[in-house]
Amino acid sequence: MGILKYTMAAAVAVSLAGPAVAADKIKMGALATLEGAFTVLGEDSMRGVKMALEEFGYKAGGKEIELITGSSDATPDSAIRATRKLVEQDGVQILIGPLSGSEGLAVKDYAKTQPNVTFLNGSSAAQDTTLRNPADNFFRFSTEGAQWMAGLGEYAYNEKGYRSMAVLAEDYSFPYTQVFGFLEPFCRLGGKAPADARFWVPIGNKDYSSVIAALPDDVDAIYVALGGADAVNFLTQYEQSGGDLPLVGGSITVDQSVLGSKGNIKKSVIGTPSAGPVSDTWDDPRWATFVKTYQTMFPKGFPSPSLFAHAYYINTKAALLALNEVNGDLSDGEKKFRAALSKLSFETPTGMVSVDERRNAIADIFLTEVIEGPDGNLVNKTIKIIPQVNQTLGVSYDKFLEYGQVSRENPKCD
Amino acid sequence: MRNFVERHTFWAIVILVAAALLMWMIFAVWPDWLVETLGRKKTFVNTLLNGITLGGLYFLVASGFTLIFGLMRNVNLAHGAMYLLGGYIGYEIADYTGSWFLGLFVAFLAVGISGILLQVLIFRRMEGDDLRQTLVTIGISIIAADIMLAVWTGTTYQFSPPEWLFGATVLPVISTIKSSGVEVFIKYPVYRLAVLAIAIAVGVSLWLFLNRTKIGMMVRAGVNDREMLSASGVNVQLVFAVVFAIGAGLAGFAGVIGGTALSIAPGEDVRYLLASLVVVIVGGLGSISGAAIGALIIGLAEQFGLAYFPTYGVVLTFLIMVVVLAVRPQGIMGQR
Amino acid sequence: MLTVVFLLAYPAFASDFFVFQIGAYTLILGTIALSLMMLAGYGGMVSLAQVTVAGFAAYLMAILGDNSVGVMGLGWPWWLTVLVSVLGAALFSAFIGAVSVRTEGIYTIMITLAVAVAFFFFVRQNYVLFNGFSGFAGVEPPTIFGIYWRDPTPFYYLTLAVAAGFFWAVYYGAKSTFGLSLQAIRDNPRRMRALGYNVTLHRITAYFFAGLIAGVAGVLLVWFNGRISPGTIGVDVAIDILVIAVVGGMRHPIGPFLGAIAFVLLENFAIDLIDRERFNMVIGTAFLLVVLFSPDGLLGLWNRVRPKLRFKRDTQLSADRVENGKPAKAGSPDNN
Repeated sequence: MGILKYTMAAAVAVSLAGPAVAADKIKMGALATLEGAFTVLGEDSMRGVKMALEEFGYKAGGKEIELITGSSDATPDSAIRATRKLVEQDGVQILIGPLSGSEGLAVKDYAKTQPNVTFLNGSSAAQDTTLRNPADNFFRFSTEGAQWMAGLGEYAYNEKGYRSMAVLAEDYSFPYTQVFGFLEPFCRLGGKAPADARFWVPIGNKDYSSVIAALPDDVDAIYVALGGADAVNFLTQYEQSGGDLPLVGGSITVDQSVLGSKGNIKKSVIGTPSAGPVSDTWDDPRWATFVKTYQTMFPKGFPSPSLFAHAYYINTKAALLALNEVNGDLSDGEKKFRAALSKLSFETPTGMVSVDERRNAIADIFLTEVIEGPDGNLVNKTIKIIPQVNQTLGVSYDKFLEYGQVSRENPKCD
Repeated sequence: MRNFVERHTFWAIVILVAAALLMWMIFAVWPDWLVETLGRKKTFVNTLLNGITLGGLYFLVASGFTLIFGLMRNVNLAHGAMYLLGGYIGYEIADYTGSWFLGLFVAFLAVGISGILLQVLIFRRMEGDDLRQTLVTIGISIIAADIMLAVWTGTTYQFSPPEWLFGATVLPVISTIKSSGVEVFIKYPVYRLAVLAIAIAVGVSLWLFLNRTKIGMMVRAGVNDREMLSASGVNVQLVFAVVFAIGAGLAGFAGVIGGTALSIAPGEDVRYLLASLVVVIVGGLGSISGAAIGALIIGLAEQFGLAYFPTYGVVLTFLIMVVVLAVRPQGIMGQR
Repeated sequence: MLTVVFLLAYPAFASDFFVFQIGAYTLILGTIALSLMMLAGYGGMVSLAQVTVAGFAAYLMAILGDNSVGVMGLGWPWWLTVLVSVLGAALFSAFIGAVSVRTEGIYTIMITLAVAVAFFFFVRQNYVLFNGFSGFAGVEPPTIFGIYWRDPTPFYYLTLAVAAGFFWAVYYGAKSTFGLSLQAIRDNPRRMRALGYNVTLHRITAYFFAGLIAGVAGVLLVWFNGRISPGTIGVDVAIDILVIAVVGGMRHPIGPFLGAIAFVLLENFAIDLIDRERFNMVIGTAFLLVVLFSPDGLLGLWNRVRPKLRFKRDTQLSADRVENGKPAKAGSPDNN
């Protein structure tokens, strides 16, 4: 088989090339979903990384930073393969990423097998990445799904006066986390969310007509934790079918991508409260500067940075700040670097950020409500800022673990 | 029908009783014990209507698929991509000109023309090699999906149909009687009823085309015996091109109709392709009436699954497919 | 011969990354594609469910063995889990075969695609057995004879042994009685039935063997990834395996492995050379070009190019033959 001879020759040539590390350069890898339907989000994530690097002039700790990108398609398998290539083939010393929750769990497992490389999160927001079996070299300076709901449960119970809620969310781990973050305080205060009023729809389901028909009439509001296209579809169909229950939104249910889409969703959406790590209309100078820089650097980007750009920016900035701390010294298996990261506490466009003992972020969360803007479009108004929320939502670590893993039934409150 | 009743008297009675029961369940006020067991009447009636209207949409998509297979034995796995392409084109035109109907028309035309081009330029050279044709359609679907992703990105597109098509209408079906004695009627989106009407119209048109026109007669003959058709002096290639155009055009048409109801985004192509596959496997490949029956069954199964068993409802349709394959592999209306 | 030496000596000069992520992964993907090639090339049945079968074995490994997620994980000894997983996968494959083979050949693609999707949905929704969306992590090979088999070099040799074993099995199996009758069934089932062969049983048995191959590959896959989740057995992966098999060539068992090398190299290094975003378009185009112009894939292409390269030597040999009346010694196609 002559063809094999030629293939072999090519393979030899390519495989002899291994990773090479120059002494005055630091290789940084960035991993995001740059393929498939989530490409737009992955591209915004890379913009966040580049914003941070620009701010530091692509230099930290006296050394030049070389950025190498990796791409996944939102499945954990492809994330691991891309990570392995970045770490083992391209020889990165610091890796920023990944984007989605399940990828984050896989990268965390991989990180444990590479003790000499430090991994910082991108925007993955699964709870267990840092809560259960954390990796010593995995840092998350961005908040996770349950933290994003801080303050919303109390707001729904106290300010809005809801006592019983229906739940509509997609059937996988991220919505489970969001529902948990919302219902835990709501139920603790005495609210009810019976199990037969919880509707877990399959991912990618676009047809909500039957679900809307099955929604109970005797609840005060519906908590909707759908994202992107599914949220747009639900809201349009809900309005079409004449539904009139007030809604409470998850972090990606009433964000700009949903509010800015065409379709008749106005009536059912105005007044919907939500919570998350960013608020588009916050009038603080720190956020305004960040938005301005984003818009100047990337005229072809979104109208305003998404939470993905925001998360990647913060994590990259943390890495660069820590590098400055240790003067770029990554020689001791990066131990000094990690110590610096653990003690880091810095100002971001959305407030102070630091990490807890499992290396998960402690940061501010924004409570928002949808209002009609000056030109008739829909925007989120910032109602309140919940300061310095940690992963255990204020209770002790052991007590928090008792709540159990997020799932369809957790928490129970009939 | 009389034949059917005479030969299968038992089954005819069963069907009659079931139909009567269904009518009663829809129009009568439900007694408490029924509400206890099955849930609210509103859920049931809405789900039933949703299933029927979704079946209408599936019929629109699957009819093109089954037509192409029936005549040309070509499993067109790029059918989903054609649906999506029709949706995008329809959206662009509607957005540009402001007329939803124009978008609909252009989508039908554009995708139909692409179908003719595919048939004439590519499939004609592979006559007889069914497997190769199918593999080509797979390749086309991969490339088309990627091109559409590059052009229209991952955002979701919502159509804006004319106002009179949107909103809810009140049906003459009682949902419950409030404690004050006031009757509450069921509200239902107008658009979905429109989809059902369109599907019925298209179905009737296809039936008329196949059974009352000359080309339709040739198509039916070709489905039965392709060699004989060409032997009788018919320009087979022309018939093929016409059928592929209609089949593809229907997919594009369905893209706009379905996209208005459920929005357009990457991934819809795979979804509707799979739906078409299951519908025609259940209904029988090559049969329009089979596509109608299959679409109705699958639409109902999907909606009832979603409403009553959301966790595994999505697997229900495939289960039905497996059962049909086990019991009657050629489908309900298929011929061996 | 050179090939064998190269493959055996590969870890000596290649980096760990290349041995593991490129070498071992190519062999695993190639083995799964081999099972598809066996069914399609020799049996005429293109099954898009081979990845599903491999995934089924992978899931069984996680469920019956150890995993780090805390769901199921019965902790059986490794040899028992491997045995049960592979047999389970083979039986699952036979079941898929039983469902698909009673219909015409072209239906097989549709049915196996639908089965693959059904299984994907099922494992994504079920948390009790399959841990739904998150899947399983922490599935590892055992440490036998003091070697931890997931280290790059031992794992590579393991996959090499498996791939080589199945390669020879398929190569020689094709010439066995069973293989020949399978090919005869592919060419003319009616004649075989008239001769008294149980066509259905033959086909289902072929599915069983293909399931064995895919099952073992599935075990290796879950050891490679250390995890298994619904994403591993999605539709795109099934199509990727089809692309690998077709592009590599379906006439000879080496084809799938050639396709796998090309695929893996492209997947890993495309981001350095071209825009990673258009990866699907590249493989789709390659697939389409192969199906349109070179149905035997890379192998067919090579076989056509090779005579032109050795033209001079061959003409000399032919000249000798004509002169001396002796048969040519070197250059016969089977000699490589």
